[in-house]
Amino acid sequence: MCTLEQRGRVFVLTLTGDGEHRLGHPLIASLRSAVASVAAAAASAGPGTALVTVAEGRFFSNGLDIGWAGTSRPRLQELVDALRPLAADLLALPMPTVAAVTGHASAGGFLLALCHDYRVMRADRGVLYMSEIDIGLPLPPYFVAMFRAKITAANALRDVLLRGRKLRAAEAKEMGIVDAVCPGPAETAAEAIKLAEQLAARKWDGGVYASIRMSIFPEACKSVGIVEESDEEKRKHFASRL
Amino acid sequence: MATQNLCTVKRRGRVHLITLTGAGEHRLNPALLSAIRSAVAASAGAGALVLAAEGKYFSNGFDQAWARTAPRHLQATMGGEFRGLVADLLALPMPTVAAVTGHAAAAGCGLVLAHDAVIMRGSRGFLYMSEVDAGLKLVDFFAEVFREKVPDAINRRDLLLRGGRMAAPEAVLRGIVDKAVDGGVEDVVNAAVAEAEKLAARGWDGEVVAEIRKAAWPNLWSKVKDYGADAPAAAARPRL
Repeated sequence: MCTLEQRGRVFVLTLTGDGEHRLGHPLIASLRSAVASVAAAAASAGPGTALVTVAEGRFFSNGLDIGWAGTSRPRLQELVDALRPLAADLLALPMPTVAAVTGHASAGGFLLALCHDYRVMRADRGVLYMSEIDIGLPLPPYFVAMFRAKITAANALRDVLLRGRKLRAAEAKEMGIVDAVCPGPAETAAEAIKLAEQLAARKWDGGVYASIRMSIFPEACKSVGIVEESDEEKRKHFASRL
Repeated sequence: MATQNLCTVKRRGRVHLITLTGAGEHRLNPALLSAIRSAVAASAGAGALVLAAEGKYFSNGFDQAWARTAPRHLQATMGGEFRGLVADLLALPMPTVAAVTGHAAAAGCGLVLAHDAVIMRGSRGFLYMSEVDAGLKLVDFFAEVFREKVPDAINRRDLLLRGGRMAAPEAVLRGIVDKAVDGGVEDVVNAAVAEAEKLAARGWDGEVVAEIRKAAWPNLWSKVKDYGADAPAAAARPRL
């Protein structure tokens, strides 16, 4: 389902195999476990680490496993509920994060990519696509909160959520959704790792990095269930740093 | 509190020009913050305000060196005074212009963004949110300055989460700063004063300016309003 390796200061999380990497219970659980290992390893590795999430095959992720859910609303809700803490884990991760969008990222898969600080995407194939409007599914509140937090240009948000626009890498970059565009999947992964290495080399305190990240979009953090640190706790942190 | 050596106040036409004096870093310690707040309060009757600085720095942020030696119960006054200054600027009954004559880092950058308009020196000086490098978290009202004034997600991330130094051309391109001005410190100040004079010439009702501004940035206003000079609790709060 997924593998985790450490290359120097960069953790590389790979969604394995040629399939759609549908976010069903097994994959979500594997990803949560991997992300938890990254957070734990970061604690012992000290400042200066980063995460890259990459996928094999034609898909980054095609979203929640709606095949498994079928016509069952409760099952679909289960998957929505299961993905939420993974989003929270990524938003709270004490290191910079880069999504190497090496294939299609739709619905929950697009959300997964957005949960990272940076996105590098292949130009030759693959689209970012919020399919919900086309398939007639309303958006879970935390999905909307994440998109509102990360896609702040009104017409871009409209195009993505309300038009079901399928974005190739170049247009996504123009819209401020993707940071870098690379020719193919190998270059995309390499560029993502290179960016992650540059970020890791800054040796930022992971807890501080995550705190600043969360203070950039507190509503999205709240919507995925993160309880932001109070000012009082932050001030205690200042005092300890003097 | 002696303010003479910390900042000067001049009227140029309808513009109330406050200049942080000296070649130093203009670190925002309680003394300087208090001096700036007094200078802001002295703007009554003017048509617009400009905040500028002498030397290489606009402001290099909070005075950590002072904080290290200050008694624990006074450390918070620095943050409190800064919060009060932001409130005073938001409530000011006239347009405000920051003349970024030099480097503006951390709280110095926050102070710049608390103004209505930002004119920056084109060829020297940068905006630098150093907190990620220094290992400092952002308290809520301070992060709110950036959430309100830097609405673009990429700009906010790049300013706050990369520890990068952003010079004027990039800041203008990203819409974080209104204008870059070539030349030296004096040229930047003159441009800022000219911009402020144009705003003053509109003859806007100052109270209306203040009300519209507070309504435009309601989240920030709600988080700082109790610290402003006009806030009911202000009289009771200890000031150095």
